[in-house]
Amino acid sequence: MSNLKNLALSATVSATALMAAGSASAVEIEYWQYFFEARVTAMEQLIENFEAANPDITVKMTHFPYADYRTKVAAAVPAGEGPDVVQLFYGWLNDYMDAELIQPLPTDVFPPARIEAEFFPMVGAMERDGAYMALPTAVRSLALFYNERLFEEAGIDGPPETLDELVETAKALTKRDGAGNVTQVGLTTGMTGQDHHWFREVLTRQHGSTPYTDDYQTVTYNDEGGLAALNFYTGLQSEHGVTVTGFMDEAQAAFKAGRAGMHIDGSFRIGALNNTRGLKWGVAELPAGPTGIRSNYSSYWVNAITTKAEGERYEAAVKFMDYITSDEAMQIWLDTVGELPAKPSVGMTEANANDPVFGPFIRGLEYAHTTIFADESAQRGALVDMVQRIELEGQDPAESLATAAAADQAILDAYYNR
Amino acid sequence: MFRYSNLTVAQKQVVWAWGFLALPILFYVVIRFYPTFGAMVLSFQDWNLLGDKSWTGFDNYAKLFADPVFWKVFGNTFLYLGIGTPVSLVISFFIAYHLDKVRFMHGFLRALYFLPFLTSAVAMAWVWRWFYQPVPIGLFNNFLASAGIPQFPFLNSTTWALPSILAPAVWAGLGFQIIIFMAGLRAIPQSYYEAARIDGVSNWTILWEITLPLLKPTLVFLVVFSSIGFLRIFDHVFNMTTNNPGGPLNSTKPLVLMIYDTAFNSFDMGYAAAQTVVLFLVLLTVSLVQLRIMRDR
Repeated sequence: MSNLKNLALSATVSATALMAAGSASAVEIEYWQYFFEARVTAMEQLIENFEAANPDITVKMTHFPYADYRTKVAAAVPAGEGPDVVQLFYGWLNDYMDAELIQPLPTDVFPPARIEAEFFPMVGAMERDGAYMALPTAVRSLALFYNERLFEEAGIDGPPETLDELVETAKALTKRDGAGNVTQVGLTTGMTGQDHHWFREVLTRQHGSTPYTDDYQTVTYNDEGGLAALNFYTGLQSEHGVTVTGFMDEAQAAFKAGRAGMHIDGSFRIGALNNTRGLKWGVAELPAGPTGIRSNYSSYWVNAITTKAEGERYEAAVKFMDYITSDEAMQIWLDTVGELPAKPSVGMTEANANDPVFGPFIRGLEYAHTTIFADESAQRGALVDMVQRIELEGQDPAESLATAAAADQAILDAYYNR
Repeated sequence: MFRYSNLTVAQKQVVWAWGFLALPILFYVVIRFYPTFGAMVLSFQDWNLLGDKSWTGFDNYAKLFADPVFWKVFGNTFLYLGIGTPVSLVISFFIAYHLDKVRFMHGFLRALYFLPFLTSAVAMAWVWRWFYQPVPIGLFNNFLASAGIPQFPFLNSTTWALPSILAPAVWAGLGFQIIIFMAGLRAIPQSYYEAARIDGVSNWTILWEITLPLLKPTLVFLVVFSSIGFLRIFDHVFNMTTNNPGGPLNSTKPLVLMIYDTAFNSFDMGYAAAQTVVLFLVLLTVSLVQLRIMRDR
């Protein structure tokens, strides 16, 4: 009987203590991101560390399937129902800034000069009117994946260093059946995958052109260099026969199945390839251009503070932002998710920069560009159509390039002039 | 003062009837009519889902009618309708007409024809998408290649992609149309056929003079139903061309896919609403015209 009494008493005491603790930690902030298991695990760990260091703040994480995420956020944030700190794709940020749904980061905690010094250069796109609007924990870049077994079989020593070597290597890796149909491609291609980034930010620059003006509001790839880049790209299939557009439906599927010697893709593909049985693969930096120019495309998800966070919650949100953009957080993110740190101080450490898998991606960040899209899927469509007009309708490449540039410019104009 | 107990029995019945009807009416007003009206209003506005809506008058419609992609898509939508409806009706009538005469394993055969209708459109579209791939994974092209015939560019051609997508869509709808046709055929009194046979009329005449005219209500229903289906085609196209929805070069893009793209990839809600209003008007017109043409005189 007294046992039971004791139990009841202790239960009451501990409940009261819990409630007291609850009222002391008055601030709860909400964090939203899309569901990807490793990202959620990493964020849980970050939240745990953060709460241990800041016992008066609790962070509640909510996640949604990727397919619904953009619409959910766009519906919830304007309605004031959303999170205090939200993860957004960098390309969506303009719209959120224009609609005043996110707040600038306070310059005392995040001084622009310090951010410029500490982060990789492409993060500069997040600055507006002397303050940063958002910051990434991790970034992504492109690299050349290659199938080590197929390389060995074809007697190739290592991945190509230049575009010329890329073509030669791809030739050695291509296989055809008796009727001449390609059954194994040297290099996967398809503007619907990551190739539109490769063309825009890498190939055009390597052929002496630029994709856009620095503010990304004017198309500049419709020139000699752009045409040379396009001819190189379509030549892979039409001239050298080392690839077939959309081979095996999806480039990454062809690579996974061991039917493609090389494949250009983002760092987010590492996880999927790691679990593929029987596939031995390596990674190399994207090949350098004819004049030795190297370039890369980088994209990232940023964390931003919404206008919903005010007062205490705002203070808490700033502290949380400060932690999730710290060196420690970036290392945890790299180890758990496999996404690249946004700061050279973490990325370019001896261990990370020379990592056989992450190294080529991280080294690529140093010379990477981040396209500021007005409408990524529509702008991608312009390049998809450009190549299809040449391949399916036999249009003159120069003409097709001009049409694509005009379509791309029309999308930019519609966005910036409204 | 209103008192329920003072009402007559007839009045009480009216109150109850409206009480029960109130629920579906409320449902329709809130779930159907209000959003429809909202979409019509939105089509005169500019909205990216995040900021404020702003009035733009007829700008969205002007942009739509000046957009070559819209006219291409408009043409595609009518190609789906113009090919899909007659082809599927002819095939399903042919099968139903003959299946009706088969006694051997009748139920089993009917189930086989109905099976595709039960299958998820997404799963079916993906399987067909893989059938259509070039070598080394495409079933059809592997077969052609092994027979020494050049590959056929099913989905990778501006001419053939649309019929290639339409084929599984027609196949998927067949089961339903066959069942409806068979029900219609069974409803025709046998005495007409017996009379015709006594008169020694040919099978062809029986088909044209008895079967088809008496099937008219079934035909009207199926024509309208399948027309609306083909005008709203989406899942097959989207799933067979996810890499480049509606491609290559917009040759397979139907209106619904364009609406989806404008709304949920470009987040141009006003423009998408204008397209929706146009689709609504097209559906309305087509249905009214068909009902008018096919109704009994």
